[in-house]
Amino acid sequence: MDTLAQLAHGFDVALTWQNIGLALIGCLLGTIMGALPGLGPSNGVAILIPLAFTLGLGPTPSMILLTSVYYGAMYGGRISSILLNIPGDEPAMMTCLDGYPMAQKGMAGEALSISGIASFVGAFLATWGLILLAPQLVKIALLFGPAEYFALFALAFMTLGGVSSTNQAKAAFAAAIGLGLAMVGVDTQTGVPRMTFGEVHLYDGIDFLVAIVGLFALSEVFVFLEHRHGASDAAGKKVEIGRITPPWAMVKRCIPTMLRASGLGFLAGVLPGAGASLGSFISYSMEKRLVDREGTFGKGDPRGVAAPEAGNNAAAGGALVPMLALGVPGSGTTAVLLAVLLSLNITPGPLLFTQNPDVVWGLIAALFIANIMLLLLNIPMVGVFTRLLLIPPRILMPIVAMVSFVGIYGISGSSFDLMVMIGFGVVGWVLRKFDVPLVPVILGILLGNPMESNLRRAVQISNGDWGVLVGSPLAIGLWIIAILGFLAPIFFGRILRDRMTARRDEEGSLRD
Amino acid sequence: MSDRIFGAVGLALAIFYAFAASQIQESFLTDTVGPKAFPYIIAAILGLASAYIAFRPDPEPVWPPLGRLAEIAAAVVALMIYAQVLPEIGFVIATAFAAAYLSWRLGSKPLASVIAGVSISVGIYIVFHLILGLSLARGPFGF
Repeated sequence: MDTLAQLAHGFDVALTWQNIGLALIGCLLGTIMGALPGLGPSNGVAILIPLAFTLGLGPTPSMILLTSVYYGAMYGGRISSILLNIPGDEPAMMTCLDGYPMAQKGMAGEALSISGIASFVGAFLATWGLILLAPQLVKIALLFGPAEYFALFALAFMTLGGVSSTNQAKAAFAAAIGLGLAMVGVDTQTGVPRMTFGEVHLYDGIDFLVAIVGLFALSEVFVFLEHRHGASDAAGKKVEIGRITPPWAMVKRCIPTMLRASGLGFLAGVLPGAGASLGSFISYSMEKRLVDREGTFGKGDPRGVAAPEAGNNAAAGGALVPMLALGVPGSGTTAVLLAVLLSLNITPGPLLFTQNPDVVWGLIAALFIANIMLLLLNIPMVGVFTRLLLIPPRILMPIVAMVSFVGIYGISGSSFDLMVMIGFGVVGWVLRKFDVPLVPVILGILLGNPMESNLRRAVQISNGDWGVLVGSPLAIGLWIIAILGFLAPIFFGRILRDRMTARRDEEGSLRD
Repeated sequence: MSDRIFGAVGLALAIFYAFAASQIQESFLTDTVGPKAFPYIIAAILGLASAYIAFRPDPEPVWPPLGRLAEIAAAVVALMIYAQVLPEIGFVIATAFAAAYLSWRLGSKPLASVIAGVSISVGIYIVFHLILGLSLARGPFGF
């Protein structure tokens, strides 16, 4: 009952004209970003953070705007998967398998609407899952001391590469780079400058927003320049939609699939190291095994569209659970959302639920609102979004680059930060070339300082005994999960990867 | 081969990082762990990961031809110039040039890229400055 009262309070917070307007803008922008190949949830949100920040939006409105973008991008990714056979963002990869064949059979409209409904079901159920699960996780998290937190942070890094990670050494490399960058600046505990080499600009440390926008958004521009990929993928292709309402019989046939896929996707989102791409992948594989009796999967079966879409949207909701309850994101986009909270001086974690209930419950209410808006927008307006696929990257990418500059310049007004951002853009491009994941770098920059201070506090409390790090059953448990999570990809990764990599290219570094 | 070089560079970076950590001035008021320990741990992880990458390299990434690399380098230089002149000549002019350049290099025709550059710049100015009230760099002409 308590939960429902809090949820009602959340709706109270969220239902102002400003917030509804922001949710609407977020949903529109998110769908567009998800639909356009080259812009996905993580870089889309990354570009918008500095803007939300400089516009002086409060914590709740900013989170409403940006999580609407996040949910919207998850909806939008399917559009180009279905129409063009090009995933708009990585989680939508599996939607190509049945979506494109459906479109070729002249059922593009049905595929789009059934996937829209599946997205809605997935996201709706996952938001309920978030409401029910997050407070339970908070109860566990309240038992954590500094040593357990240190182990938890280590767990986040060691599992971030995910079960499908290609090379764990590169994930570790990325995490070390991120943590290393976080150390730059004045040490909060003793007040001595570290790694600043006398440069005054560095005393404050490296602004993580600058790093995120550079790594995610600018590096994308360089990738497009590298391939001189300026023409729209949609150009010259016939984009026919047809009827945009699915027959009821088709919806009915997909309902069990949607429910199962939502459950599985949500779990994949909550668990460390999985995320939305894996959520859609396992949902699809499970459904194929369960219901594909006539061998229609892969040839345009509506259930093959519903399963991955319900799965990836549910995983997107599930990924918010560890981010909000523990302050430890498990995926790229939630890492970016964590950056939003940190830049607004809000520390996610167990205390967030007691100290800033407005933010948490307002956000959850906003997720419901955004979800309904997205369903309403996506079914009738899908034609408009399809038209947007015709925007060629030679126009889109300069916009992305310039908006990135506007955002970062708006925060500090300094050319130095812009130069640092360009530097991160180049580093991001090089790392992507080497197939080094970028998300651990971001997470390292974000979590480096809390991770270190928990370590120092833990050892301090035990009078210099480092054994305290494995001194409680809870900490030992976390370390075991962390080590298993780190080793699992080395043994199982290859099998999973071979099945998943049908069409993963350089987007792999931005995996979510 | 690329990965071996990458690993070697990473290893050098780790050594440099450890050296930089050893140069941190400890204050007389310090906690038991001190400001150096965590950077040392990071340097160790960086070193181990780099060594592994160098000894067990992945398949060679597809490197773009030299011309494409020059293209990226030119874009980086253009953006750096943009960052420097932005406060001097104001947002609208600087952005029009930078956006037109990028659009041109991504394959727009010269005239089309000029139009794209100017519209992107003016569009962002209208949306972000006039409507949303964000402060953009002011040049000598006030925009």
